[in-house]
Formats: sequence, structure tokens, C-alpha cells
Amino acid sequence: MNTRTPNQKAWWLVMPVVALVAFNAVIPLMAVVNYSVQETFGNNQFFFEGVRWFQEVMQSARFREALQRQLLFTAIILAIQIPLGVAIALAMPRKGIGVSVCLVLMAMPLLIPYNVVGAMWNIFALPDIGLMGRGLNALGWEFNYTRQPFAAWVTLVAMDVWHWTSLVVLLTYAGLSAIPDAYYQAARIDGASRWAIFRHIQLPKLKHVLLIAVLLRFMDSFMIYTEAVVLTGGGPGNATTLLSIDLVKIALGQFDLGPAAAMSLIYFLIILLLSWLFYTVMTKDEQK
Amino acid sequence: MALIHLEQLRHSYLARPRPEAEAPADWALRGLDLKWADGGAYALLGPSGCGKTTLLNLISGLLRPTEGRILFGSRDVTALEPGERNIAQVFQFPVVYDTMSVYDNLAFPLRNRGIAEADVNKRVHEIAALLDLEERLATRAAGLTADGKQKISLGRGLVRSDVAAILFDEPLTVIDPHLKWRLRSKLKELHQRVGVTMIYVTHDQTEALTFADQVVVMLEGQVVQAGTPVELFERPRHTFVGHFIGSPGMNLLPCETDAAGLARFGGVALAQVKGGRGGQGGRGNQIGVRPEYVRFAAAGEGGLPVRIERVSDVGRHRIVDARHGEHLIKALVAEGAPLPEGEGVLVFDPAHTHVYADGWRVETEQA
Repeated sequence: MNTRTPNQKAWWLVMPVVALVAFNAVIPLMAVVNYSVQETFGNNQFFFEGVRWFQEVMQSARFREALQRQLLFTAIILAIQIPLGVAIALAMPRKGIGVSVCLVLMAMPLLIPYNVVGAMWNIFALPDIGLMGRGLNALGWEFNYTRQPFAAWVTLVAMDVWHWTSLVVLLTYAGLSAIPDAYYQAARIDGASRWAIFRHIQLPKLKHVLLIAVLLRFMDSFMIYTEAVVLTGGGPGNATTLLSIDLVKIALGQFDLGPAAAMSLIYFLIILLLSWLFYTVMTKDEQK
Repeated sequence: MALIHLEQLRHSYLARPRPEAEAPADWALRGLDLKWADGGAYALLGPSGCGKTTLLNLISGLLRPTEGRILFGSRDVTALEPGERNIAQVFQFPVVYDTMSVYDNLAFPLRNRGIAEADVNKRVHEIAALLDLEERLATRAAGLTADGKQKISLGRGLVRSDVAAILFDEPLTVIDPHLKWRLRSKLKELHQRVGVTMIYVTHDQTEALTFADQVVVMLEGQVVQAGTPVELFERPRHTFVGHFIGSPGMNLLPCETDAAGLARFGGVALAQVKGGRGGQGGRGNQIGVRPEYVRFAAAGEGGLPVRIERVSDVGRHRIVDARHGEHLIKALVAEGAPLPEGEGVLVFDPAHTHVYADGWRVETEQA
């Protein structure tokens, strides 16, 4: 076999993509790496600091608390959105005009810009003029998300569930549509209950789309910024200051570029690590 | 366990079908009356879209008939759910529950019916032994080959001791050719050992004829003939059966029938219609004869003059394509039998020459 490649011109065809990736990902990331190991002064003076910023971030209670809030937020919305999304997809009609109606309704929240979602919920939940805020107060719950941390969390979670459950629904619905009729027919003949059909046919066949759904929702929720900032701005106090909000405060509020860069990299590595772990565990069986 | 009786069964996939007389295309099944004895092996044979899968799904209960009744013995099951009928069905594409082991797959229908685990265990092992799946019981069903999976589908039917009939919907479609034959003989063997009614849907005549004691040939939602393989071969009730069954199919030639009922083709009298006229459509306008019953005339014998166009060797026989005018006639000649060069004279076996009127056979004197 001839192992030499006589013509290397094909590389030119890859160049546009390489250039694009370099400019939108690699170079900015390397700039961040650069900041993370240096102290910055005015007049563009830089001093090498080694791993000092990393140590500082890792040891700070502030980072740990933001990370805990972030993990809690992601855990809550995954625990709600995945089961809820699957349940809605199962309840959606399989044929007829209802399919289009449901799909359009489901797609709607996904089409709204993030800051609009934040603004909508900000007003919606206001205790004095918002429908939800006034409604809850009328029902006897003294609800004020600008002052009560718990109320702020409830509003934040409700907003994210409203905004993103549709994604899980649409993915699951697509997965359900791909199951051949013969499986349902066989199950009916085997006398399977509704639960047995879900447990032994639908759930196993949905494994791959659910894997994608969980990964997407994990990554997106871990990086949530715009909606949360518009809704609560991280408050009251620091009650809803998630990682991304804290990062922006450090980088653009305090202009601590070194610690902010170090925190960005740690943040990035946490997402990468958790996604990889989850994916590896879930697909372990198939690689045998 | 029970006689299966289909009574005036009609089915349409439309919500509001027009009456059959106006729009036959609205109907997938158009008035079926059939009786199947307990323990028989039956095949439903027909081209794609003839309604055979519809019929199968009506029997298993996956579909409700638009009109008519289905009886198992004396019990009317028309309104029952599939799980409540004692029916098992094997589908074209093997259905296994991927995440379960082979054992759990076989146990599934029993557990759904709340049968005690000790009985389940006994029954599963019996069926696994029958299907040669014993060594595989602990493996995951997803890892099996297509024929293994199809065996599991079959096993899930056999495992229920109350099953009245097992329905097969083209079960060998996705099986490799060299395994098809093995699985088919396994089915036949199982039928003899277990004695449960089996109904087998296929568009492959070899599968139907080798499997079944009785074959039901369907066309456009109707039964054109139900009979033993020999009957279908020797006395096709309809020209469709004639050319669909047999390889090559029956020769069909236009004919003229005179007032006395003598049917002629190319000026040669070939058959005598009983009573001068007969059958549904009148006197008869087609003659049908299988290539097996066409031979070349001995010297001095009269017959139909033809020109030989092509001879193909198919092993023990040769198929001769002979032309009379614009009509092609196929004849099956044994290997080594003498064959005239270029021109010849054909003789049709009168006992196996049939006359058809508008597709349906009319009684003849000889046949």
C-alpha cells in the first residue's frame, strides 16, 4: 500500500474553517489564558504571576458559594425539565391538526430573545403590577422576589422551566415518533400495561435523545446569564448570583482581569469535565 | 383450542367510507367469510396491498373491523383488546424488548398476566428448549441476530399456554436467505409438535405452499380462492391464482366459445364448457393451462402450431417459449426429452385446460 500522500492541496479547503475557529474560539481563549497568569496594570503593563489567580479563586468562599448556587440551580431545573418534558411529549397527539398546534406552541418560548424572557418574567412576577406576583399575594403568599431569596429562586426556576422545557419536549417527541408501530402492537398483544410500555419500549428507545437533552440543558443552564441578570441581577443580596453573573461582576465590575480569567478557565473546565463524565457513563454499555 | 370464524368481515381505513358498490377503493377488505379449524396451518397469500396484513391485524385485534364479526369458537371477540384475545403475532421486523434479557423477553407476556414466577420459569425454559434458545437465556436480547430476535418474538407467543392462534406477518422478510429455510422448517416442526393454529401472511408462494395445509389467496380485499396447495395448482378458480402461483405461471390465452360451448384458440378446439355456457360472466373468454401440462405433439398428432423462440434450462426442466401469432405460450419440457427445431405443434392436456369468464373459472366437461 502506498502510504505517501502525493498531493497536499486539500488542506487549502480546510483553511476557511481553521481560520474561523481560530478567530472565534482559539485566539480569544488563549487571550484569557494569557490574562489568567498575569497581573495587569494601566498603560498595558503586565507582570507574570504564575498560578496565583487560580489559587486565589479556588480558595475563595465567594467562588465556592457561586459554584454551589450554580450546581443547585442546574440540578433543580434538570430534575424538573427532563421528567416534565418527557411527560408533555407523551401526552402530545400523534396525528391530526393537534400535532402542528402543539409543535408551534412548544416552539414559541424557544424563539423569544433571552433578555426579553428575563424582562417578561421580571414584570410578570412583580408583586405590585405583575400578574403572577399579584396573584400569589392575593392567594395569601407574601411574595416579593426583589426582597426574598426564596421567592427569587422560585421565579428564576419557573422562568427557566417555561423557557426551556420545550426543548426537551421537542427532542423527546422526535424520539417517540421514531419508534416503529410494531413495538406498540407487540406490547398490546403481550398485554403490557401503559407503564410497562413506557419502561420497556419508550424509555430505552429514548435513551439517546434524552442523553442529548440532558447534555444541552446541563451546559445551557450552567452558563445561564442574560435571563437571570435581567430578572434578578443576582439579588437579593447575592442569593441568585450564579457563576456567570459573578464572573461578570469580577471582570467588568471590579476589573480584576487576572482572577476573572482564571475563574473563566475553571468554569470552562468544570463544564467540560461534567459533560464528559456524564456522556461516558451513559454510553458505557455501547462501547463494549 | 378454537375454530376461528370470520363473518362478513369488511374494513376501511377511512372514517366515512363510501358504499362498496360505488367506491371499492375505499375498502381494504370487502366482505370476507372464512372458517379456520383448530390446529391448522394456514397461509394468506397475495400481492402487496391486497389486504392480508389488514386481515391479520383484525384477527389479532390491533384493528377493529368496520363491519362484520370475528368468532373464536362460539365467543365473539370483535370488540376485545388484543391482550384479551388468545392470539400471538409475529411481525415483519422482529420486535424484542432491547433492555431485557432473552429470559425476561419470554417471561414478559406471562408476567403481564400476573402468572406466578415459578410457573413463568418452567414455561420459559420449556419454550426456550423448543426454540434452541436455552444457552442464550441470560444474554441481552438486543445483541441477537435477526433470526434469533424473530425466534424470541415467536417464543413470546408460544409461551402463553392459552394461545389459540399464532399470526405471522411476513416473518422471514429480514432474515438472511440461508437462515430463512432453517427458520421455515423450524416453524413447520413447531406446528407439528405444539399443534397450535398458525396463520402465515406472505407474498412469497414458496413460503405459503411449503408451510400451509390451506392457502387463502387474496386480491384487492377479497378472497379469490382458498384451498390446498394442490387445488390451487391444479384448479385455479381465478386467472390471478393461475399466474400468481406456479413458476412460471399459467398460460392465459384469449379464446372464442361457440353456442355449443366449445372453446377455441387459434382455430383449435381446446375445451368444452359444461352445458354450453356457464360460470359467472357467461361463456368464457380465456383459456388457462399450466406450462406443466403443455407438451409437444408426437408425429402425426394434431395441435397448435407454434414457433419456438427460446429455451431456458432450469435444472430438471427446460422452459420453452413458443409463439403462436402474437401470443407467447410457455411449456415445461423434461430434461433430455426430444424438442423439435424451430417449428412445432403443442398439445394441451385436456384434463388440465381451464376456461375462464371475466377472470373466473367456468366448469368444463373434461376438467
